[in-house]
Amino acid sequence: MKKTLLASVALTVLAGVAWAADDEKAIQALVDQYISTGYQQGEKQHLERLKQDETLITCSETRNIPSPEQAKAIIEREKATIKYPEGNKMLGNWEKGKEVFNTGFAMRVGVISPDKADKPRGGNCYACHAADPKEVAAGNIGNSLTGYGKMRGNSEETVKYTYDKIFNSQSMMACSNMPRFGHNGVLSPEQIADLVAFLVDPASPVNK
Amino acid sequence: MKNVLLPGLLISSLALTAVYAAEEPNADAYREMTYGDRDANPALLVVDRGEELFKEKRGPKAVSMEECDFGLGKGVVKGVYAELPRYFQDTDRVQDLESRMITCMTTVQGFDEAELKKKTYANEKANEDNTDLEAIAVYIASQSDGMKINPPTAHPKEQEMIKVGEALFYHRTGPLDFSCASCHGADQKRIRLQNLGNFSKAGKDAQKAIGGWPTYRVSHAAVRTMQHRIWDCEGQMRLPDTEYGAPLSVALIAYLTAQAKDGTYVLPGMSR
Amino acid sequence: MASVKLKAKVLEGGLVEVKALMTHPMETGLRKDSATGELVPAHYITEVVVTANDKEVLKTNWGGSVSKNPYLAFNYKGAAGDKVKLTWKDNKDATDSAELTVE
Repeated sequence: MKKTLLASVALTVLAGVAWAADDEKAIQALVDQYISTGYQQGEKQHLERLKQDETLITCSETRNIPSPEQAKAIIEREKATIKYPEGNKMLGNWEKGKEVFNTGFAMRVGVISPDKADKPRGGNCYACHAADPKEVAAGNIGNSLTGYGKMRGNSEETVKYTYDKIFNSQSMMACSNMPRFGHNGVLSPEQIADLVAFLVDPASPVNK
Repeated sequence: MKNVLLPGLLISSLALTAVYAAEEPNADAYREMTYGDRDANPALLVVDRGEELFKEKRGPKAVSMEECDFGLGKGVVKGVYAELPRYFQDTDRVQDLESRMITCMTTVQGFDEAELKKKTYANEKANEDNTDLEAIAVYIASQSDGMKINPPTAHPKEQEMIKVGEALFYHRTGPLDFSCASCHGADQKRIRLQNLGNFSKAGKDAQKAIGGWPTYRVSHAAVRTMQHRIWDCEGQMRLPDTEYGAPLSVALIAYLTAQAKDGTYVLPGMSR
Repeated sequence: MASVKLKAKVLEGGLVEVKALMTHPMETGLRKDSATGELVPAHYITEVVVTANDKEVLKTNWGGSVSKNPYLAFNYKGAAGDKVKLTWKDNKDATDSAELTVE
């Protein structure tokens, strides 16, 4: 026993992390199998969330580096999903947007404090983005949005660009790290319009 | 949660006034001040409790866990965590510490698996004490304190598990389209002020994270194990509750531990 | 299981360093039970006394603001061979202690 162990340790050292002859399909089959058995069952677990759409399948397989053809297909597909608020009013209220930007409450399932239906959701944007310079506890996974409106103005074009980006980030950049907030139903079109206002309104602290 | 974070924020914002231009904000100074003294780690109390549970004759068969094999032979505790996850012939599976504990407690001690899994983690919101599973896990893991992170990778099943874990690491799903790599795929990233290790590459980030886990989470006032870590991360990704010890979590742990190879275990850990 | 983990060692300059971890929920009395909405009654250590050879070297009054499983560390003037004993009492009149001989 001890001898075999020593031998295997020695082998490991020599080989580093040496893969067995592998087959991507076999690994992917195990991935699917482990996902199907990896979570607790039951209605409140919302297991439908584990189903990937075509876009996420491509992003997972390519580790977020799709080929130019794949990227083009994703962008076209995702663009078609964008829905606008009533009357195409893409510029909402920045003060409401400030709340949505800051609030982290959304989409919890399972055993710990699932979402209350009547509690408004947020985008938890500070988790990844800086915005109001007074908020120092901002993450840096996304780029800083401080001065966003000062730099880009608040033209119709900028407003639409910003709305589209938040509603479906992958309509502009295939396999973007950013959640597709509107497409996935995390935020409503009106909430996204409020976020747009928070970013571009000259009165918003983002642009002070 | 927010309240617990506050002292850290206060201190780091003080530090910020001095070095704002030079440094990204973080809470390192607070952490060093709080966790510098290893004797101050309340996990040590839980380790003691875990040792008693481990050695006690328990379960319908009234045997102690010293009758179990965690990879280095029956009764061996020292150093086993340093060489997990590993392939076990008796179950024909790659197992991490916690899934192996379940095997031991069901086959050797005669406990019922479903019963054991009913309450895996202490609920910090209810100020609960650690569960028996958490206590036993941190006891076993702490017997590898100071040792090299050295998961075996010679067996084809071990290699396969790491590969599957790697694929899962990049698997995007759920309402936020996240994979593990969304947050842990690049250097020097933070969620708010929380530093995020880059686990897409082997080396120091993974070594630091894996090497310090199980850890006493000060914000939970409880010891947290790797199974809990994976469950908590998946919850933050807005995914369903992970099944304790299932191959999904074991594969992710196998991948992360392989990325941490040659690091050093400093156990029990202590963190935010 | 003893609720107290006590350590002591001799430092330079005639000092003894004492370190102790205490298992205790330290309920503040301000936390609500999420199921019932009721306040969870306060339950915390109110007093910790440490003696060396039966002479008091530290006495401290605590309250609900001290964390769960509290840690206490201090130095006193002493030497190897001292018998150190730590005793805590809480607001429900529970108590526990631990003792050791300084090596």
